[in-house]
Formats: sequence, C-alpha cells, structure tokens
Amino acid sequence: MSTDVTAEGGHGAVPTGPEVPVEPRPRAVRRDWPLYEVFVRGKRGLNHVHVGSLHAPDDEMAVHAARDLYTRRNEGVSIWVVKAADITASSPDEKDPMFAPSGDKVYRHPTFYEIPENVPHM
Amino acid sequence: MSAPTLDRPAVDETALQAQFDATIAADHRVEPRDWMPEGYRKTLVRQIAQHAHSEIIGMQPEGDWLLAAPSLRRKAVLLAKVQDEAGHGLYLYSAAETLGADRADLTDRLIEGRQKYSSIFNYPTLTYADVGVIGWLVDGAAICNQVPLCRSSYGPYARAMIRVCKEESFHQRQGYELLMTMMRGTPEQRAMVQDAVDRWWWPSLMMFGPPDDDSPNSAQSMAWGIKRHSNDELRQRYVDMSVPQAQVLGVTLPDPDLRWDEESGHWRSGPIDWAEFKRVISGEGPCNAERIARRRAARDDNAWVTEAATAYAAKHAEGHAGAVA
Repeated sequence: MSTDVTAEGGHGAVPTGPEVPVEPRPRAVRRDWPLYEVFVRGKRGLNHVHVGSLHAPDDEMAVHAARDLYTRRNEGVSIWVVKAADITASSPDEKDPMFAPSGDKVYRHPTFYEIPENVPHM
Repeated sequence: MSAPTLDRPAVDETALQAQFDATIAADHRVEPRDWMPEGYRKTLVRQIAQHAHSEIIGMQPEGDWLLAAPSLRRKAVLLAKVQDEAGHGLYLYSAAETLGADRADLTDRLIEGRQKYSSIFNYPTLTYADVGVIGWLVDGAAICNQVPLCRSSYGPYARAMIRVCKEESFHQRQGYELLMTMMRGTPEQRAMVQDAVDRWWWPSLMMFGPPDDDSPNSAQSMAWGIKRHSNDELRQRYVDMSVPQAQVLGVTLPDPDLRWDEESGHWRSGPIDWAEFKRVISGEGPCNAERIARRRAARDDNAWVTEAATAYAAKHAEGHAGAVA
C-alpha cells in the first residue's frame, strides 16, 4: 500500500503524491467562456444572494445556465448574473483601514445609550 | 482603541501567516481573497478539483442506464440524479476557480491523467440493480464524507458542499427505494440486488481511503480544518449506518467477518483488499480507459458548440454596439 493516497474530497480516495501536479497552469489564450457570478433571490421579500459562478458565452445564456445549475429545486424566483470581471471589490489588503471608521463609532449602536428600565417601548 | 496610522510598515509573511492561523484557530472561514499558505491553496485545488472530476465522471456509470430504465418514472428520477451530478461538479469547479484554478485547464488535466477522480467510478454497472446500489451505498459513503466538509475551513468549498449534501439525500433515498421495490419482486430480481451489493460493498468501503496509519496527508488537512474526521472514523460511521439498512432491505453484506462488537457498540468489518484499491486507482480498474475516453470525446466532439456560441455572442455584441452608436 503506497502512502501517497488519501480520501479527501467527497467521493473517496485519490493519489496525492508529488507526481500529481496541482498548480493551475496559466493559460495564454482563454478558450473558455467568460466567468459570471450568480445571485439568486430565494423568495419574494429576500435579497438576491451570491450562490456561485458559471461560464457562459453571453448574458442571456448565463441566465439560462444559472437557472439549470442553481435553481433545480425551486431555490429561486429571480436570478442576477454579472461578469466576474465587472465586479469591483474592496481589497483584503486594506481590510483594517477600510472598515476602521465604523469600528470605533460605538455610538451608532442603540446599546450605547443607557435608558432607565421604567421607560416603556424603547 | 487607537486610530490606524498611515505609515504602517508593510505586512510581512509572518504576520500574514499569524493572521491565517488565527482564522483557522477561531474556526472562522478562509475566503478567496485572503492570504493563505501555498500548501493550503494547493491542497484545496487538488482536493476540490478531484472531487469535481469525480462528480463529472460519476455521471457515466449511471448514465449508461438512462435509455434502459424500466419505466418513465425511473427514467425521470435517474435523469434528475445524473443532472445533479453534473451540477455538483460545476459547484465544485466554481469553488476551485476562486483559488485561481482555470476550469478548462482542470478538465484538460483530468483527461490527460494528471489529476484523478474517485476509484469507485471505474467499476461497471452491470444490471439495473447497480443504479439502486450506487444510490444507497456509493452515495451513502459520499454523504458520510461530505457532511463534515460542509464545515471545511475554506468558505467557497464549504458552501458548495452544503448545496451538494442537500441533493445527495435524494440520491440515496431513490436508490434505496429502488432496491426495496426490487426486493419485493421476483427471486431473479432479489438475486440481482444481492449480486450488485456483493460487487459494490467493498469498493464503497475503499472510498474512505487508506487506513489512518497509512494516510500521512490527513494530519495536515485536519490541522488546516479542510478535513474534519479521519478515514477510519468515517468508514466506521458508514459501516454502522449501512448494516441495519442492509438488514431492513434483506440483503447480506459480503463480509464473513462482519460482526457486532458489544463492547464498543460498533459493527466491525473484515480486512479490506488494499491491493485491489491500489490497482484500480492506478489505472487498472475495469473501466478507467473507457471513462476518460468518453470525457475526452465530450470535450472534443462538442468543441464546435463552444466556438459557435462564442462567435454568436461576439457578433451579437457587435450588432448591439452598432445600434447604440
């Protein structure tokens, strides 16, 4: 029994020795369709929530593919798709300075204020 | 609390590592754009990719019965299940891409034999009872493996596993129901079920991987919170779950050494033939070549669809731009 096998992943054992490469190889020419991020509204009254991504040739196909992939069991009543490349996100490197302004303003929370217990409905 | 200073020194690797370690220690989730050790990223890409490949290759053994399902109901159920397997593969490729992997590249690696999939899918489905037994035993083992992965330390992987687990329950139940139906049928049908159980039981136990004393990567994966239980723990859990299910079904598990251990409160199984496991995983299983050949054909024969859709999208985008101008 070799020692370079493990049962990681859901479907059981696979080799993991040094001969099994793992690094994603950089691709010169992108053959795949663009990556879309998918957001689903679970039911009326809820926000759209990010559920994952998929590749599609265009926006319309992305919506159809998202329906097939992410709503096979009534998981949604509305779908948004957006090209991943079009999303602007805050940088994890500046996480602390980015959110520091809200961290030290405890007076923005209702619990900051002490109200006597005999004041009703507050 | 002090305000952040503007002239903070550049964060060095030690600080990043400490931050990562603190996230893991607090049992918080690591998210895609966080700094992570290279080994953690590599382990995840490998694990998620091979899990995705297993789902995609896993469509084949059952897909072989789509046109031979005995009724419209069974056919609809099987079609839904095989479609789910495709979906599971795609959820997982989606998670792998958050780590910088390229989906098409991962498929190439599978086809070229540079990445692996689970050995279980290298066994053939000889009768329709195999469809039921795969649902009951193979998906049952997958559930045992996957439920703890819903708490995996890497956020996108854990979230993908939650979706997968919700759907696996349908897979296992449809399989067990199929088998119960056959067991109520003719003696020939009951014999088919027993034969399928005889062929799938041991490969199912092998799905949990080598014994703990022969699984050197497990410790690191568990320290990183990627993996939550050892191979033998999960295998034992699976045996304990499966034995009473087999009893209700009325089949015999093909293990003469299987016995109830009063003291520990566990079912103890006999020795596993790890030589067979090694043979199958290193490419000598009954269907290894066939599985990869079909995956290769799916990629190559359908390449024109990808190209045509790309061309259509480009043309449509041009026309749209023209109309706006």
